[in-house]
Amino acid sequence: MLNKYPMWKNIMVLLVITIGGFYAIPNLFGEDHAVQVVATRGAEVTASTLSSVNGLLESKGIAVKRAELEDGQLIVRVQNAEQQLLAREAIAESLGDKYTVALNLAPATPEWLEAVGGTPMKLGLDLRGGVHFLMEVDMGEAIRKMEEAKIADFRSQLREQKIRYAGVRKTAKGLEIKFRDADNLAKAERYLKSLSNDMVFTDNSVGENYMLHANMSDVYLKQIKEEALQQNITTIRNRVNELGVAEPVVQRQGAERIIVQLPGVQDTARAKEILGATASIEFRMVDENADQAAAANGRVPASSEVYPRRSGGIAVLKKEVMLTGDHITGAQPSFDEYSRPQVSINLDAKGGNIFSNVTKDNIGKPMATLFIEYKDSGQRNPDGTVKMTKIEEVISVATIQARLGRNFVINGLDHAEAQSLALLLRAGALIAPVTIVEERTIGPSLGAENIENGKMAMIWGMAIVLIFMLVYYRAFGVIANLALTANLVMVVGVMSMIPGAVLTLPGIAGMVLTVGMAVDGNVLIFERIREELLAGRSVQQAIHEGYGNAFSTIADANITTFMTALILFAVGTGAVKGFAVTLMIGIATSMFTSIVGTRVIVNLMWGGKRVKKLSI
Amino acid sequence: MLQIFSVTKMIDFLKHAKVISIFSMFLVIASLTSLGVKGINWGLDFTGGTVVELEFSKPVDLLELRAQYETDAASGAVVQNFGSSRDVLIRLPVLEDLKSEVQVAAVMDGAQTIDAGVIQKRVEFVGPQVGKELAEQGGLAVIVALICILIYVSFRFEWRLAMGSVAALAHDVIVTLGIFSILQLEFDLTVLAGLLTVVGYSLNDTIVVYDRIRENFLKMRKGGPNEVVNTSITQTMSRTIITTGTTLVVVIALFLKGGSMIHGFATALLCGIFVGTYSSIYVASYLAIKLGICREHMMPVEIEKEGADQPSMMP
Repeated sequence: MLNKYPMWKNIMVLLVITIGGFYAIPNLFGEDHAVQVVATRGAEVTASTLSSVNGLLESKGIAVKRAELEDGQLIVRVQNAEQQLLAREAIAESLGDKYTVALNLAPATPEWLEAVGGTPMKLGLDLRGGVHFLMEVDMGEAIRKMEEAKIADFRSQLREQKIRYAGVRKTAKGLEIKFRDADNLAKAERYLKSLSNDMVFTDNSVGENYMLHANMSDVYLKQIKEEALQQNITTIRNRVNELGVAEPVVQRQGAERIIVQLPGVQDTARAKEILGATASIEFRMVDENADQAAAANGRVPASSEVYPRRSGGIAVLKKEVMLTGDHITGAQPSFDEYSRPQVSINLDAKGGNIFSNVTKDNIGKPMATLFIEYKDSGQRNPDGTVKMTKIEEVISVATIQARLGRNFVINGLDHAEAQSLALLLRAGALIAPVTIVEERTIGPSLGAENIENGKMAMIWGMAIVLIFMLVYYRAFGVIANLALTANLVMVVGVMSMIPGAVLTLPGIAGMVLTVGMAVDGNVLIFERIREELLAGRSVQQAIHEGYGNAFSTIADANITTFMTALILFAVGTGAVKGFAVTLMIGIATSMFTSIVGTRVIVNLMWGGKRVKKLSI
Repeated sequence: MLQIFSVTKMIDFLKHAKVISIFSMFLVIASLTSLGVKGINWGLDFTGGTVVELEFSKPVDLLELRAQYETDAASGAVVQNFGSSRDVLIRLPVLEDLKSEVQVAAVMDGAQTIDAGVIQKRVEFVGPQVGKELAEQGGLAVIVALICILIYVSFRFEWRLAMGSVAALAHDVIVTLGIFSILQLEFDLTVLAGLLTVVGYSLNDTIVVYDRIRENFLKMRKGGPNEVVNTSITQTMSRTIITTGTTLVVVIALFLKGGSMIHGFATALLCGIFVGTYSSIYVASYLAIKLGICREHMMPVEIEKEGADQPSMMP
């Protein structure tokens, strides 16, 4: 029979719309003002922290709506913004500096809804206020570091094999190893090639000049860049955690950029200082054979370098780095027995092994701690990128007294330096310096304003469209309006369900636009039905033909729009991506509601009955 | 039955097509000329630089504010109102040897001497390198979109129609860009998103007409391409008016109520909807006729069957 859907189809439509609607519900509850407690520096947030915080707030007369442990952090919900500030102060004071206490907005979704995975849509920075940074990793520096490591490797490997070489250095063409004769060169080339396929070796000897060039292979270069980016992301994530920001975003973008979003943060200066700081330390042996006076005049052995000492004067250090800051897992400022500031360092297992071997072999010899920091010079290169200055200083030289393990101390710093070095080391070193290439700060009031504007546009647009459809298509208009409303609810539902989807201002615009364009499907169908009726078809025939003929048109038209949305999503960033996501979801749901959804109602009302006239 | 547009008799849309296509060509040439001469007023997203949005506690005299910004750090600042007389937008160029923080601080100092209650609502800094990449990506996105559409429409319909639709889309993009260039409206990322939406919207329109053309070529045994196209446009006209109308209403709501940050987006759509609706008739369809579209081209019946099959599967 014409215009009858099988029961399963009706049930499926009902089910899909109900599920969409259900997951849209959390958005109705809004957000609670909350205080978030995260543990840092080896501390832990436990049930006892929870009960002590509860007790503390009760004694201060601050009513707690709900307090709970979630993924190792404590979320305390309070009644309003005023109480939120009071609560933060009280908690921060009582817990001390082992915890980071931050203001947060927690979704006020009831627990039963949360239990089945109901969460509201995530709001983008343009809607809630905060800072957005786009950072670029200086890959040149990451590569330079690896080249230096390779130079040291070559030297020790050749020495171990007793292959005589005249020198290893970096040139514009790559790394260059010099030999006195062809025999040693051939031996070295064979041996080094067998060791690693990271490097490409070429014999560039000219006459009596026996030279072997070593260049990083493309695969290896790519790998270095990838590792530098990943390491920096990890480090920045650690530092963001130190800042105590609720729901931060740290994400890679492309091959050498990192996006950092800090909702609610207004103090951009401090955020930048912590995120961009690239202090690190290296441990190197002091070159005892070097002539200090000659070194001061710039005459240094090829295997050594001169660095200024913080306490004045210079130090001549071996180029080979014994240990880098990458292996540091913990760093705390403390004081030695003479009340001088120092930093206690903990190493990871690998670092501990390296350090233990190094110190065992060099007992009685002086080792230096080299402090390296990249700073924004306040100047720009002609291409607009920030000029970075590199500061390198020897902060301490100590004679190795005994074999050291995974825990030891660095001294020779003043109090503030010890504090900041500890913080930077604890948060991990950036393997290569980063520069901020984009920064956007949105005030919280502007965020609220944007939401309000979006809502108003939505209400006005929607109201006019609904009224028009009702007047123009009467009964069918009511059906189209139901579909339109269901569509909007489903867009919200789907946006809430997708974990990574974020609602932005252009996203709202996308939703509003969906409202305008979503009626297109129904307009096409209804116009088709009218045409068929005018052509003298029966009511049942007209409905059947109307839906049938309009379908391919709607599909073609929507698929092409979907394609442009997909391209927007692929190439766009931030706001444009947000718009593309809502547009794509809107196209998918509007096709469903306008074709299948309305058909269910139409079938139920008119299908299979003797109908003389349609209200269309 | 309430009707905006009667579908009973065919209207000869293509009667003046020659004159109108000359008009279209004029539009495109004028747009290209303006793009060449005046260029586009690239926004912060593309040029790089710093933008500061301030809200003053009372209406502010821009001349007085500008006078404040003749200092070194804030020099080159472009000051304009933004939405209301209390909201001010300040643009700062990227300067060598000067940090954006210093520029922003100078801007705030200047504003505070005029009004102590001034609030900093938004600060955005974009490096010029990032902007350049964005412009390249954006241009690429538009081109990729056009190529994908060319392929899809060729596959689903016919290459003559595909050429027509892509020409219409290129026409829409160029004319919308031209309007932005002539009026020197600011072109930022949201405008780019708007432009791509225009591509999608205009294509939507074109496809609806094409679908009818394909159907009518097979259904109408008499009549040349002109007649078929005219009939198709006539039959889809009431849908076009209604959908354009509802979308327009919504975009106008966005334009008026959506706030300053998506003004550019709404403006691009507003231009694009008019241009796109017009072009799907006078550029897309007319060009297909000029390329010699006729009944035989629509004959491969499998394509038609593919479309006719689906209704029984889905609704």
